[in-house]
Amino acid sequence: MTDSGGQTTNPVVAKLRSWSANAIEEVIEYRGDTTIVVPRKVLRSIAEQCRDTEELKFNLLTDATALDRYPLEPRFELNYQLVSIPLKQKLRIRVKLSVSDPVVDSLVPVWKGANWLEREIFDMFGIQFTGHPDLRRILLPDDWEGHPLRKDYPVEGYRDIPAIATRYTRSRP
Amino acid sequence: MSAIGTTPFGQEIVETAIGPTKTMVLNMGPQHPSTHGVLRILLELDGETVLKAIPDLGYLHTGIEKSCEDKTYSQAITLTDRMDYLNPLGNNLAYCLAVEKLLGIEVPKRAQYFRVLMVELQRVSSHLVWLGTHAIDMGAMSAFLYCFREREEILKIFEFVAGQRMMTSYIRIGGLALEPPTGWKERVEKFLKMMPGRIDEYETLLTGNRIWLGRLKGVGVMSAEDAVSYSMTGPTLRAAGLAHDVRRAFPYSSYEEFEFDIPTRTEGDCFARYLVRVAEMRESLKIVRQAMEKFPVEGPFRTEAPGIIPPAREKMKTEMEALIYHFKIFTEGFAPPPGEAYASIESPRGELGCFIASDGSQKPLRCHFRSPSFINLQALPKLVTGQLISDVIACIGTIDIVLGDVDR
Repeated sequence: MTDSGGQTTNPVVAKLRSWSANAIEEVIEYRGDTTIVVPRKVLRSIAEQCRDTEELKFNLLTDATALDRYPLEPRFELNYQLVSIPLKQKLRIRVKLSVSDPVVDSLVPVWKGANWLEREIFDMFGIQFTGHPDLRRILLPDDWEGHPLRKDYPVEGYRDIPAIATRYTRSRP
Repeated sequence: MSAIGTTPFGQEIVETAIGPTKTMVLNMGPQHPSTHGVLRILLELDGETVLKAIPDLGYLHTGIEKSCEDKTYSQAITLTDRMDYLNPLGNNLAYCLAVEKLLGIEVPKRAQYFRVLMVELQRVSSHLVWLGTHAIDMGAMSAFLYCFREREEILKIFEFVAGQRMMTSYIRIGGLALEPPTGWKERVEKFLKMMPGRIDEYETLLTGNRIWLGRLKGVGVMSAEDAVSYSMTGPTLRAAGLAHDVRRAFPYSSYEEFEFDIPTRTEGDCFARYLVRVAEMRESLKIVRQAMEKFPVEGPFRTEAPGIIPPAREKMKTEMEALIYHFKIFTEGFAPPPGEAYASIESPRGELGCFIASDGSQKPLRCHFRSPSFINLQALPKLVTGQLISDVIACIGTIDIVLGDVDR
């Protein structure tokens, strides 16, 4: 069920709509999960709302990940899974990003746990997070070229990586 | 002595008889026995006090998420075994729950109870490995031998049921791989009779032990607010006082029908995490007992969904449609409708989630694992800053990381 108008029965969505009428672009209810699609400009403020509003209390950011819909545009989707421990409810926030400008506000000021999750997304997809305290690669070496979880990166990797290969042979005595 | 400057971390540099005092950078790992794998930590030390800790990961990164995108939904199950190698059945379960949610299929109660039984045995075995190795790190060699003796019994049950000790791949999409063999009940029963006494034995070895208390009490304290803010889950969160457990908060696989307590402590230190894990083992045994009693003798161990779930062996041999489905499922797989699903379970280390996106083809568009070790580990610098270097080992140990799960 997709709802892009104003009618929804979900109290979480209704609460967020009452805070800002235009903050939610789309609501997707699929297999019991609620997903709200938000414009990237409001991501951090909506995250703060989710955490601080009395009726929502989404205090735990469980997961953040991206997916790549190449060759469709906008090709990247960021998915944040929120859990409210006191109220036992879940919400997924989604932001869509295009390849020409894959930049979004970091959520580290809202949840400290976003730190490594965002570093992993940066490492694997090349999405930049503004306001992140330490945006470095996390799983791959610092001199790795490319972002492996993008769909245009081959599954078996690149056989010869001339730039990296010569760098290592030169540095060895 | 007067200060002649300060370090970047605000410590005074003092002139001494052998020159000015300095901080030291120590490279711990990646080959270090107490990091339980290949974790490297850069430690900035002032004497024995840790001023700063920077974990460096990725030494065990094998690109499991990328590999999953190139496999059919059923093939990817074998990859999930190898992430958190102390909890392969839990990984199977998280993945299968996500795929089942994506497909919108129900699993028969019989399979659900058996899944619970296997996953709870796995939790006990994982906590036993943790307890044994952590005790070695803290200098108590004998606890390790006792823990591995009991873990062996659990692995024997797994081998009997699934044919494999560790990488079982026993939980499959729609149910189980095989009908549980005759005689499993006696084996589990025997284990359940033996185990509570054995847990008492570990407690007599460790809980009141003065060295154990000295190494763990008051070390690596994490408050509940900080733990939530750092997205920590599992025993680390419950030791800080928050009774959050996915099995209770968002029940899966019929956990709502089981009676069990969620052990919590309020101290938030390493010793509290130890107590929570020991209490969890006892709770798991209670759940295993209930699952055994609930398990119906008759019934299917796999759901029926033509074209998605492999048909029963008997059917496949006698019906033509079933044979065709069987062939098609194992050659080209099945295609869930486009959409996304996120399912999570309570693994021994915390919330293990699996996010799967389908674009309507036979292979997942994206398969992401929310691994509890990875996310709990990011609080390590917070835990160890200001502590002694020997406490770093206690903190790594009680977060209970598995590097296969951290790096994937």
